[in-house]
Amino acid sequence: MTLKEVAPRPLRFYGEGISYLKKVESKGSLIVVEGPDGSGRSTQIDLVTSKLEADGHAVITTGLKRSELIGSGILEAKHKLPLGKKTLALFYAADFADQLEHKIIPALHAGYIVLADRYIYTLMARSSVRGIPRSWSHDLFGFAIRPDLVFYLDVPPEELFHRVFQKYGSLDYYESGADMGLSDELFESFVLYQRGIAKEFEAMESKYGIVRIDGGRPVVELNADLQRRIDDYLRSR
Amino acid sequence: MADNLLGSRGRLIVVEGIDGSGKTTQLHLLDKWLRSLGLKVFFTEWNSSDVVKEITSKGKKKALLTPTTFSLLHATDFADRYERNISPLLEAGYFVLADRYVYTAFARDVVRGCSPAWVRKVYSFAASPDAAFYFRVAPEVGMDRILDGRPKLKYYEAGMDLNLSNDEYESYRIFQSRIVEQYESMVQKDGLAVIDGTLGIEKQQELMRQDVSKLITPARAPAASEFGVSKEVESR
Repeated sequence: MTLKEVAPRPLRFYGEGISYLKKVESKGSLIVVEGPDGSGRSTQIDLVTSKLEADGHAVITTGLKRSELIGSGILEAKHKLPLGKKTLALFYAADFADQLEHKIIPALHAGYIVLADRYIYTLMARSSVRGIPRSWSHDLFGFAIRPDLVFYLDVPPEELFHRVFQKYGSLDYYESGADMGLSDELFESFVLYQRGIAKEFEAMESKYGIVRIDGGRPVVELNADLQRRIDDYLRSR
Repeated sequence: MADNLLGSRGRLIVVEGIDGSGKTTQLHLLDKWLRSLGLKVFFTEWNSSDVVKEITSKGKKKALLTPTTFSLLHATDFADRYERNISPLLEAGYFVLADRYVYTAFARDVVRGCSPAWVRKVYSFAASPDAAFYFRVAPEVGMDRILDGRPKLKYYEAGMDLNLSNDEYESYRIFQSRIVEQYESMVQKDGLAVIDGTLGIEKQQELMRQDVSKLITPARAPAASEFGVSKEVESR
């Protein structure tokens, strides 16, 4: 595939944007891969990164809880004592804002393809299932950039449970909705929680242009599908 | 505020103003008074949540915080105190005294360049106070009081992240002036009760107690308030 120079475009935001950033343009692309733990996100991002780099693109990856400033703080705080749902939502938003301004925007400006291992949609879904109004979350992320592509790797919760258990030997407290008192039984709690998250993604699909992909397929097959869609987009930009 | 199932809902009283406006002193005196009346009182301060403090101060030292991150970290701090203390204690009938509330964010974050509409949306979950006092002083007055006992200004405190001036004292002066502008714009809009921060400490406290006494219902304090009812307090 031949590489062509991409014309600079103004950054597009979901809401008010970041008014103190003047004249920052994007020469790159922001591609988001969403999906629950065990949906194969990281594997797919690794594969896509390799392929794009082989094709000559400059690629960086980013994810939640990776901000140098506060990423580890979130984990520490969660271990210390349970945080309220709004506190947690704002903490993640702060972490995201840090990465957006220090990593994603500069990379887009420099012409990188930014592969995001999760984005604001996971944060919004987590908040919504915990009873925070969707409109508040949407407004909160008014400073977030609209990605060029968003994929959601869809895997049934029952299947996810087995994948996560095989990989880690246990379930994450929050990822299984244990803070929500859905069920005394861990498997049931996990399934109910993940169903709730999946439902939120379904509700967000059309509004945020999220493309649902069947994540239940073998890695190679899933990757071929994902890569084809990304290549189509890159050709069209 | 409506009463809850268990009895009367508490009261939320907040003080606002620039550094050195005297608001903390006044809230402290109000705290003593309310306690002396036998009321249940809880005091909470801006940017004081243990959970968030450590992380915020780390970032502040590195001077890496963008206005949006800065705003969201303070919102996280506020939400933690709100969810853990303010909201449940109001439900339980406490007088919650807040040294700075959402108006501080509305002022500072907007001066730092965040969208005013966005900041207000972020804090939209916060209850409106029953009384919000704004201690009005000229920036120079606040500055003199602050600098009197403490010669060194901190980076963010002086607004150095805004590149207003290379001189931290000049930067501080401009920064505080802009915050005052924001507060002044909120007086009408948000119904802040203005207290002249250049009056004597005792006079200011008297004015505050006059207003707050109207929030004390007989059920909470059987003893009659020491201040006569002057005028109907407007609902805020």
